[in-house]
Amino acid sequence: MDKQPNPHGTPLLKVENLKVYFQSDGERARAVDGISYEVRQKQTVCIVGESGCGKTVSSLSILGLIPSPPGEIVGGEIFFSGQDLLKLDEKAMQKIRGNQIAMVFQEPLTSLNPVFTIGNQIGEAVYTHKPMDAESLKRYMIQLLSDVGIPSPEQRLNDYPHQLSGGQRQRVMIAMALSCDPALMIADEPTTALDVTVQAQILELLRSIQQKRSMAILYITHDLGVVSAIAHWIYVMYAGIIAEQGNADQIFRFPRHPYTQGLLASLPGRSKRGKRLYSIPGSVPNPAYKPKGCPFHPRCPHAISPCRKEYPDMCDYGHGHMARCPVLYEKREHSE
Amino acid sequence: METTHKHNSVILRLENVKKYFPIRRGFFQHTVGWVKAVDGVSFDIEQGKTMGLVGESGCGKSTVARLILKLLETDEGKIIFEGRNISRFSEKEMKPFRKEVQIIFQDPFGSLNPRMTVGQCIEEGIRLLGVKRASARKERLENLLNMVGMSYDSADRYPHEFSGGQRQRIGIARALSVEPSLIVCDEPVSALDVSIQAQIINLLKDLQDRLGLSYLFISHDLNIVGYLCDTISVMYNGSIMESASSEDIFNHPYHPYTNSLLSAVPDPNKKWDVTLSLEQRYDSDAVYDGCKHQNKCPWVEKQCRTNPIDFVEVEENHFVRCWKTDKSDLK
Repeated sequence: MDKQPNPHGTPLLKVENLKVYFQSDGERARAVDGISYEVRQKQTVCIVGESGCGKTVSSLSILGLIPSPPGEIVGGEIFFSGQDLLKLDEKAMQKIRGNQIAMVFQEPLTSLNPVFTIGNQIGEAVYTHKPMDAESLKRYMIQLLSDVGIPSPEQRLNDYPHQLSGGQRQRVMIAMALSCDPALMIADEPTTALDVTVQAQILELLRSIQQKRSMAILYITHDLGVVSAIAHWIYVMYAGIIAEQGNADQIFRFPRHPYTQGLLASLPGRSKRGKRLYSIPGSVPNPAYKPKGCPFHPRCPHAISPCRKEYPDMCDYGHGHMARCPVLYEKREHSE
Repeated sequence: METTHKHNSVILRLENVKKYFPIRRGFFQHTVGWVKAVDGVSFDIEQGKTMGLVGESGCGKSTVARLILKLLETDEGKIIFEGRNISRFSEKEMKPFRKEVQIIFQDPFGSLNPRMTVGQCIEEGIRLLGVKRASARKERLENLLNMVGMSYDSADRYPHEFSGGQRQRIGIARALSVEPSLIVCDEPVSALDVSIQAQIINLLKDLQDRLGLSYLFISHDLNIVGYLCDTISVMYNGSIMESASSEDIFNHPYHPYTNSLLSAVPDPNKKWDVTLSLEQRYDSDAVYDGCKHQNKCPWVEKQCRTNPIDFVEVEENHFVRCWKTDKSDLK
C-alpha cells in the first residue's frame, strides 16, 4: 500500500503511520490519525489542509514539541536520516532541533523575543550549536542576514523586532533557521500573515536558499496557490489523514480525491466569474467526534454505504499519485 | 481630474477624501508629523454592484471603510451617499443614514457580543427599524436566519457555539437586519478556510441578486476580488493608484503597482512568475514628494520624485495615477 512515491533522492525524513491524540475532559481528539509521508533531500514538500486537519500537529511532533499532556504520540515512527526521532531522549533531541531540523513559524513577531535585539537572538541560536568567538560570530550573523536579503545587516543586528517590517521579521526567522545549515527546514505557514508581494519575495527567497544549500523544506500551508508555486510533492490532509498525494501536476490537474476536487472547485478566480462557486457542504468535523469510516463521507458527493463503515484504502494511480478514495478509483476503472 | 464612472445610479461617491492622523511625540504630545492614511481617495459605487478595494495591509483601505461609516470624521473631501454629502453631517442628521450602510468585519467572533444570543444580536437591528410587535420581530428574525442559511434554533445560542463560517453568516444577518442598501465588507472571508470561503462568497452573491445590495468589498485577495467584483480600485499608501472594471484591471493593468500585485499572486492554473515583484526595491520610510509608489517602482524616474501625479483617464472608465501610461514604456 505505502509504496515509495517520488522517484528522486533518498528519504531524509520518513513519517510512518503517525498517530497523535489529545486528551481533554474525557474526550479523545484524534488530531493526527495514522499519516505516512516522506521528504526527500533537496525537495520542497507541501502539506496542505484546512485549519484543524492536523498539519501543524504532525510537524510539531517531528521536533518533539507536542505538549504532553494533553497531547500524546500514540503510535508510529519518525525517521530522520535513519534514526527514529520518537525514541530519542530530550538531550539527543536538542542536538537535532534547530541544528539539523529548523523551524519557521507563522507569526514572526510572537516567535521573536521583543526585549532582545536581532543580533542577540540569532547569536544565541548560532552559539548553542556552534560555539565561536564574538568577532567571527558577528561576521557570521552579518553574512546570514545578507543571505536572506536584509539591507544593511550590520545595523539591523542592533535593532529590536518591532523596528522591522513583517517581511523582514520573517527573513530574520529564516536566517535563524539557516544558522546551523539544517538538512531540513519545517516552515509552518510562514507567509500567511504577509502581503502578497512580500509573500512572493519570501517564497522566492526560500527557493533560492534551497538551491544554494541543497536543503529540504517541509512547507505547511492552507493556501493552494502557494502550494502550486513551490511544491515538488504535495500531501493533502483532511481530518487527521492524508487524503491524496502527488506532484503539482497530478494534484491540480487530475485530483482523484473528492476533497481535493472540492477544494479546487471552490477556489474563486477570474475564470469562474458569473458562475456559482462549488462549495463543500457542511464543515470540518470536530477531531473528538470524527465520523466512522471515511472522515470525509458526510460532505462527499460520491459517498456510498461502505464509506460510512470502512476506513478507505489508499489507491494507487501510478507515478506516486495516490488518493484515499476507493469509490472514485473503481469508477475510473469502469470508465476506461 | 477625478473619477467619475459615467453612470447615473451611483449609490456612493467619494470625492478627494482625506484623513490624516497626527504623530505625537514627547511628554507634551506635540504633533511632529502626519500619517496620510487616506490621501485624496475618489471612487464611485453603482447601485447593485460590487466595487473591490484592494491593497496591502496598512494602505488605508480599512480607514476608508471607517470614513464611509462615519466611525471617523473625514478631514477633507466629500462622501456622497445617494446624492447627499454626508461627510459633514451631525450625529442626529446621520441617524437615518446609519441604517443604509452596514459593515461585515473580518473577524466575526470579535465583532459579536459574547453575552448576547444570536437572536438578541439580530433583533436589536430589527427593533431599530421600528418593528414594535414582538411577533413581527420574531418572524423577521426567522426570515433573516433563513436568508443566510441558518436554522431558527440558532437564535437561542451564543456566538461561541458556532464555527467561523457560521459566525460570519450571523454577522451578515445582523448587517441585513436594518435593511441596508450598501454593505461594506472588510475582508469578510480572509479568516475562513477555503471550503467555507466559497459558501460565504456564494451567499453574498445570492443576497445581492435577491435584495439588490451594493457592496464595497475590501480585500487583499485578488482571486476573490476578480471573481466577485464589477469594478476594482487598487490602493497604495493612501491613494488610489488605478481604478477600472474588473476585466480591465486584470487584462490591461497600467500601473506598475497593479502589475506587481497581479504577478505576486500564485495561481494554481498557471506557472508562477515573480519577476515583477522581485524588482521592487527596499522601501525606506522617507516620504514623499511626487508619486507614493516611487520607492518600490521598478520604472521610477526623476520626474516621479518631484511632481504630484494626476489621476488620468487612459481608457473609458479606466483611471491610472501614473504618468507613464504608454504601455510600451512599461514592458
